[in-house]
Formats: sequence, structure tokens, C-alpha cells
Amino acid sequence: MSALLEVRDLRTAFPSASGLLPVVDGVSFDLNRGEVLALVGESGSGKSMSALSTMRLVPKPGRVTEGSVRLDGTELLSLPVTDMRKIRGGRMSMIFQEPMTCLNPVVRVGEQVIEAIQLHEDVSTADARERTRELFVEVGIPDPEARLDAHPHQLSGGLKQRVMIAMALSTRPEILIADEPTTALDVTVQAQILALLRDLQRNRNAAILLITHDLGIVNELADRVAVMYAGRLVEVADRRSLLSDPRHPYTQGLLRSIPALATPGEALPEIPGVVPSPDQWPAGCRFSTRCSKRIERCDTVFPHESSPGEGRRVWCHVEDGEGA
Amino acid sequence: MTTTSETPAGFEPLLRVSGLRTWYAIRQGLLRKTVGHVQAATDVGFEIAPGETLALVGESGCGKSTVGRSILRLESPQEGEVVFEGKDLLSLDEAALRLARQRVQIVFQDPMASLDPRMRIRDQIAEGMQSFGIGADEKERTERVASLLARVQLDPAAMDRYPHEFSGGQRQRICIARALAVEPRLIVCDESVSALDVSIQAQILNLLRELQDELGLSYLFITHDLSVVKYLAHQVAVMYLGEIVEQGPTDRIFEAPAHPYTQGLLAAIPSIDPDRRGGSPPVLGDVPSPSDPPAGCHFHTRCNRVMDRCRAEAPPLVPLEGGASRCFLSSGEG
Repeated sequence: MSALLEVRDLRTAFPSASGLLPVVDGVSFDLNRGEVLALVGESGSGKSMSALSTMRLVPKPGRVTEGSVRLDGTELLSLPVTDMRKIRGGRMSMIFQEPMTCLNPVVRVGEQVIEAIQLHEDVSTADARERTRELFVEVGIPDPEARLDAHPHQLSGGLKQRVMIAMALSTRPEILIADEPTTALDVTVQAQILALLRDLQRNRNAAILLITHDLGIVNELADRVAVMYAGRLVEVADRRSLLSDPRHPYTQGLLRSIPALATPGEALPEIPGVVPSPDQWPAGCRFSTRCSKRIERCDTVFPHESSPGEGRRVWCHVEDGEGA
Repeated sequence: MTTTSETPAGFEPLLRVSGLRTWYAIRQGLLRKTVGHVQAATDVGFEIAPGETLALVGESGCGKSTVGRSILRLESPQEGEVVFEGKDLLSLDEAALRLARQRVQIVFQDPMASLDPRMRIRDQIAEGMQSFGIGADEKERTERVASLLARVQLDPAAMDRYPHEFSGGQRQRICIARALAVEPRLIVCDESVSALDVSIQAQILNLLRELQDELGLSYLFITHDLSVVKYLAHQVAVMYLGEIVEQGPTDRIFEAPAHPYTQGLLAAIPSIDPDRRGGSPPVLGDVPSPSDPPAGCHFHTRCNRVMDRCRAEAPPLVPLEGGASRCFLSSGEG
């Protein structure tokens, strides 16, 4: 059976004085039904732009320049705008780091969810309101009846996040794209939202494309993980393999530099240098300028994909045995 | 109020904060009448030994940044003492305070907001030196700027550039160089690594620790991120709604947290151990408003071990082996 969402050779770029600057540069992955796939990377890796590209929500003047995004076999990149609008917020919906990016500050939160439901379905306001109330219960909003009439500013950060999740779920999406959904929250509230997302995914069998920089959140929520660096994938693996046996030097470096795992009294293992900006991407492996295992070949030749095990993909000359 | 000091006998703490209270008035109406207070910090006390790091941790609204800013008198505390090198900073006049500020520097979360975008970085680093009379002339100060940049692992040749020409991590290095320029004894780091990517964060944490070892600096490290604390801090103070609820040596806090809030905070950190996931959230609900904190123990609305007494009576900060905890359970009165 084919994947629910198939992304192939996706390329997204922004115009600049020196021509089109790529931010996503040939990314391919599958999102299966009911699974949580985490796209992981640091700032500038292209993880958010990859997710926005699948929804055709790349902010202007950026645009998808190449590739294919198929939802259940239907190509989204060439779909008429009106059809795409039905899919967005319908079969696919999105939650963001900052709930106020999708909540209107002057409209009561209940009304906003009711409106989202009625945009996609022909239901009476009374029925939509009842469904909104049920959604508020499902996402754990205490005293839901009263909260329907609250304005966003009357709610805490955690509650606003729950309202946004309720809105995203209101049209029973098959795919939920969650872009750093807990990054702005306090750690105790983050734990609550992670548990909520886990429950929702199980109960609704929805697929989640989770965008995060935090490997702890990956462990809490993901089934599979795709690690990005400078616009490209560097490694794809199931959660357990990635965390216990990372193969790409970048993934290894990321895991080692987490301060909680440091040996007391010893310096934290660093990844030297900084993520290069798109106009400074090396010709070969994008990570070659910072990699401790770099060999000559890495400077000039982009590593092709190899599979070190069932369901695993890695892009590295050294891992591929060429460094031995 | 101070608690057990971990300072070895015979050593004065570099900084001793006691009974610190900073409340902000909430004003309303045409006459700007005070209708209430944001109780940002109440009865806060701790000590920092020379060459050591105290981490002040807590969630948003707990008052940790207010405490940092109060120490530098960027806020105006109503009560308390901030004794630094034997002098109470809160009672100094402007001239004396200015001198003291040479010895206490602050590094913020967002370097772009604390650097002047229109000034070359060499001038920003040298500015403080000039006002405190460090370096005899322009040439000597330039040499010092160069060596400071090298020390924070930036290319001294880049001193004529402007802040926007650097990455976020590099800009934070510039802020650290600027703080070091005036030879401080204490640096308040207010979420200084929170906005950085993990690989860059590791670089800055290592740099801060090297500088501490070399120069004998003390840090007040303010953060919401407990995983960073373990690497850097000798002592930890946990704040909740304006009060310190627990403090003690880092090892003890992580291995045997006494206060239910500290326990919850630690349990809420997502683990990267693939065998550990899917636990239920350890602390429910949201942090209440600091302008109207719950009666009794401020944490009782979210505590999973709440007793009747906690709703009515505020628990005192009770000393325990290796620190203190503001909980009836810690005083054996549970």
C-alpha cells in the first residue's frame, strides 16, 4: 500500500540578488497512515519550509520550484487553488508554535472553531457549536461551555494551544502538521500538550508530521524520524534506531551535545562552527565543513542514499563504507 | 532570610541576597490608582560563592528574571538586601552604584536587542572599558578588544564589523566579550543560551565554563531549561510564582528533589532514552497569575500531594540537608 503522503524531490527557493536561493533542496519522504513522522533539524535546516511546501503555504516570494507531493495519489502541487483550499484545513491541517498566528484576537474562540467547521461542511450553527464543545472536551479544556465565549487573551498559553488544536481537528483531518507545537510553552504545560497529541493520534488514527528541534520531543511522540541539515535529509530511521544507534555524524553530534547527557566535569562535545547559509552551502556534503569524520570526497561529491538497515536511510560517504 | 550556605568556612559569599521583594503596581483608570500588585519576587534569598554558579530556574512568570534585574537595580525592589563584595547594592547612591556595575554584568537572551545595530562591535566592546578607565589609550583598548574576541573564539579581524554580520551564536559571544571587557566578578546570564540551537548552545555553555575556570567568575544563571542547569550550575534555586520553593546543590536537586514542584519540573523534561516515553504529565493545569497567587502554598492548585493545610497556610522555607524546601512535607508535618 502506498503512503498517505508521498513527498518526492521537493525543492523550494527564495529569490535573492544572486538568483534563486534554495531552502529545501531535494527532499523525499513518506508519511504513512496513522504514524508520527518527525522532521528534525536546527534553524535553517529547511524543516519548516518542507512542511509548509507540502501544504503550498510557502510565504511569498518563496515558491516550490520542483518536486511532487501526493496525498493518497493526488498531486497537490498542481491542484487548482480552490481544490487545494478544501484540502487545507480539511484533510490536512496545521498547528503552529504561536497560537495567535491562527487565532483572531477580537473574535470569541468558540465562534472561530464554529466558523472553521462551517467553512468545510454544511452544518447548522447549533450543530457546529455542539461539535466545538465536544472538541473542547476532547482537547482537555476545562469548563468548555464558558470557554466557548472567551476571547483569546482571556486564555493562558496552554489553553490557546488547546483551542488551536481543537480548530485543527474540527474537520477530522487525516494529516496534522505540527510545527514546533510546544516550543513556546512552559515545560510542565509542554508535557500536557505532548500527552494530548499522543492521545489524539491514537484515538483518531491521524498521521502527524511533527516539526521540532528537540530530540526529547521526538522520543516522546515520533514513530519515525527524518533529520534535516542545510536543506537536505541526512538520515531517516525509526525512533529507537535513531536515538540508540545514529549513523550520520550530524545526528551523532546533535545527540552528544545535549547538556543533560554530559559527563559531569567534562566539556560538552560540540559540533564546531555554524550552519552555513544557503549561499554558502558546500559543493559536496552540506555537513562537511563541520564534520569530524570528513574525508576528501565529502568536499566535492554529494553522498548518495544508502540503507544501513530495514527502513533506514543515510546520506554519508563514511557510513557508506567509502571512508574505510 | 538566608538559608544554609554551601560556602566553605572562612569564605565570604560574593553575593548574598536576602528578603528581596519586587512587586509591580497594577494601575488603572484616569488617576492611575493602584488596584493590585504583580508579586514578581517575594522574600527571595540566596548566596553565590566566588567562582560558582547558581541557577535560578522556573517557568514563565515565576519572577526569575525580575530577581536578576533587581540585583542590578534595573528594577526597584521594595525590600531586601543585595550584598555584593560586602556592600548592599540597594542602598548605594548613583555614583557608587555606577562603580559597582563594573563588577556585575548581564548577558540577555536576545543579543540583537542588546547590541546597537549601528555601532561597530569594537566600539561596543570598548565602550565600557572607557567609562571605567580600563586601558590607557585607544591603542591599548583595541588590543584588549582583539584579545577578548579571540578569547570568545571570534576572529579579532572582525572587530570592525556590525552586529548583523554575525550569526546568533556569534552575537552572543560578542555580548560575552563586552561583559568581560570591564573585568566583572559576577555575570547574570538571563536565558543567555535559550534561543540558540543545541549545537551552538553546547559551544556557548563550554565557553562560559572555561571562562569561569580561568577567571574565577561567578554566574547567576537564569533559565527555564533544567537540562542546561545540570551541566553548568553548582547550586540551584527553583522559583514558583515569585518565591523560591527549593534550593540546594545541583546533584541533590536532580537526584532527590524535595519539593513536589521541583519533582514535577524534572519529570516533565522529555527524555531522549528510547526506553522511556509516554508518561502521563506530572503537573496539571497552568501557572496561576502572579497578580493573584493562590492562598496558602502558591503551588497547591497544581500539587499532586496537596493537603487541607496547604490551601490555607503558607509553608515556610525549611532547611533540609543540602538546601531548603518550602513545603509542609519537607518539615515532616505531612
